Amino acid sequence: MLTEEEKKEIQKEVKQYPYPAVACIDALKIVQQHRGWISDESVKDIAQVLRISSEEVDSVATFYSRIYRKPVGRNVILICDSVSCMIMGYESLYQYISKKLGISFGGTSSDRRFTLLPISCLGDCDNAPVMIINNDHFNRLTIEKIDELLEHYK
Amino acid sequence: MERPLTKYITPGSIAYNLEDYKKVGGYAGLKKAMKNMTPAEVTSLVKGSNLLGRGGAGFPTGVKWSLVPMNGDDSKPKYLICNADEMEPGTFKDRYLLEGNPHQLIEGMIISAYAIRAEKAYIFLRWAYKKAEAGLRTAINEAYKAGYLGKNILGSGFNLELHVHSSAGRYICGEETALLNSLEGKRALPRTKPPFPAVSGLFGRPTVVNNVETLSWISHIVENGADWFKGLSLTGTGGTKLYGVSGKVKNPGIWELPLGITMRELLEEHAGGMATGHKFRGALPGGASTDFLIEEHLDVKMDFTTVAAAGSRLGTGTMIVLDDKTCPVAFVHNVERFFALESCGWCTPCREGLPWVEKMLASIEEGTGKMEYLDLLKFNAKYMGPGNTFCAHAPGAAEPLQSGLKYFYDDFVEHITGKKCPWK
Ligand SMILES: Cc1cc2nc3c(=O)[nH]c(=O)nc-3n(C[C@H](O)[C@H](O)[C@H](O)COP(=O)(O)O)c2cc1C
Ligand code: SF4
Repeated sequence: MLTEEEKKEIQKEVKQYPYPAVACIDALKIVQQHRGWISDESVKDIAQVLRISSEEVDSVATFYSRIYRKPVGRNVILICDSVSCMIMGYESLYQYISKKLGISFGGTSSDRRFTLLPISCLGDCDNAPVMIINNDHFNRLTIEKIDELLEHYK
Repeated sequence: MERPLTKYITPGSIAYNLEDYKKVGGYAGLKKAMKNMTPAEVTSLVKGSNLLGRGGAGFPTGVKWSLVPMNGDDSKPKYLICNADEMEPGTFKDRYLLEGNPHQLIEGMIISAYAIRAEKAYIFLRWAYKKAEAGLRTAINEAYKAGYLGKNILGSGFNLELHVHSSAGRYICGEETALLNSLEGKRALPRTKPPFPAVSGLFGRPTVVNNVETLSWISHIVENGADWFKGLSLTGTGGTKLYGVSGKVKNPGIWELPLGITMRELLEEHAGGMATGHKFRGALPGGASTDFLIEEHLDVKMDFTTVAAAGSRLGTGTMIVLDDKTCPVAFVHNVERFFALESCGWCTPCREGLPWVEKMLASIEEGTGKMEYLDLLKFNAKYMGPGNTFCAHAPGAAEPLQSGLKYFYDDFVEHITGKKCPWK
């Protein structure tokens, strides 16, 4: 069941479009904002609000990389693995973080504090290597900076 | 040397608000267009300036606008969309303009919308550009309050609504017809062309899609004229360009320079040359989807036609440098893995070819590759090339692959015969 708040936020988006289905990505983002991820149940609920089939909603949900169809940790670390960051050494950052948290790309730590994912180019290539934690952008990273950085995310 | 687009951008400090922007002549171009020019005059000015699209394909902007039907039923909506989905690996120019001077883009969009009589405009923004998003939203609010957006703009009778749409992540959203499907809330699959978006775009209505850097030019061209714009470039193409360099150079960064400077100038004077202990081996001149150029091309002028004649593309103008301490196979593998992941899955050479290419490159990099892979890679590059797929994603992916094989063939062979990566 969607909460009243979620429904209200979705309806607000629906109003600006010619027909409700246009708000599909907005709706997925709204629900994910509240719950962290999109469950099968949420897919069905959104479909009902937008008056389309749940398969249609799921086809959209599974297409976009920033819609999570599996639960994620409280904080999501996105490490840029594109070519400029590769040249500037993202791999050693990844290995350090991976070892520290005991997870690989796609994994969530057992205390559910962190999920670790790769991400394509973040448009900050002259300051590589780059990563995002939740909505925060970090560049010119070195292994020495990682421990302190992660401390800010509980 | 004039730097019209970045003159008022100071990296690290916050962008000009409306008041500051107006103090340095902001919104004068809008006033001039609204008070003294008809929409047709604006389009013809932009056409005459020879402004070529800065999103990668270099299509003439005025020509694109002139495809929009102007005599039809104006009561139905037409749309203007700013493509701010920047995601091409190695490309970091639109972020600079979005964060640095949002009002310049907004002013350009209002004039452009006026030229095609679009009453609704969207900025399709990369979700990760949070700072840019906040700055844009603030600037848009200021523009509404000042009467530059909304109803009856500057008493002209022209109305415009401007929205920011933050995307949900996929490179293919940047392809202009896929972008339209994404804005309609669907999977971002490209559409067939024709019909071109200028005739049938968002919700089947005439729509113009232009890049951030392209739209940021419009107010300057209106204010200063076509001849001024043409005079800015070294090759007569028109304008300056945001050029970037990333990789192992002394001073990676982004600079606004006359269109047509050489690769050597960019690399040596602006990026400070190669980092100590690193040698230049080659570069993708305009983002991941462009062909490698090598040492012999360093004097190539970086404009659309000259780079094309040298066998590559100007693309986004942001160069990724390959140095001698980076394995060229790993470089190409990284880029092809990106393209494989980001394929929308519609056409076979792209959906099936790219993962196959990626697997072969992975195994060559690991030292388990076979000689016959080299021909298979060439075969795939050919079938991913122009004319075999629905959109330019696969042809873009083919470019670094085919040129990487051409210029670094011996390195590929060495991985296979030596059964290991010489760089590891
Ligand atoms: C796979 C793919 C991704 C693209 N991504 C972008 C992008 O992020 N930003 C952009 O402006 N153009 C991108 N383009 C080019 C657009 O399709 C389109 O040509 C451009 O936005 C038009 O603007 P312009 O005429 O001002 O250059 C992409 C093209 C392809 C094939
Ligand atoms: S070339 Fe690739 S990305 Fe483009 S439509 Fe075909 S499958 Fe999709």
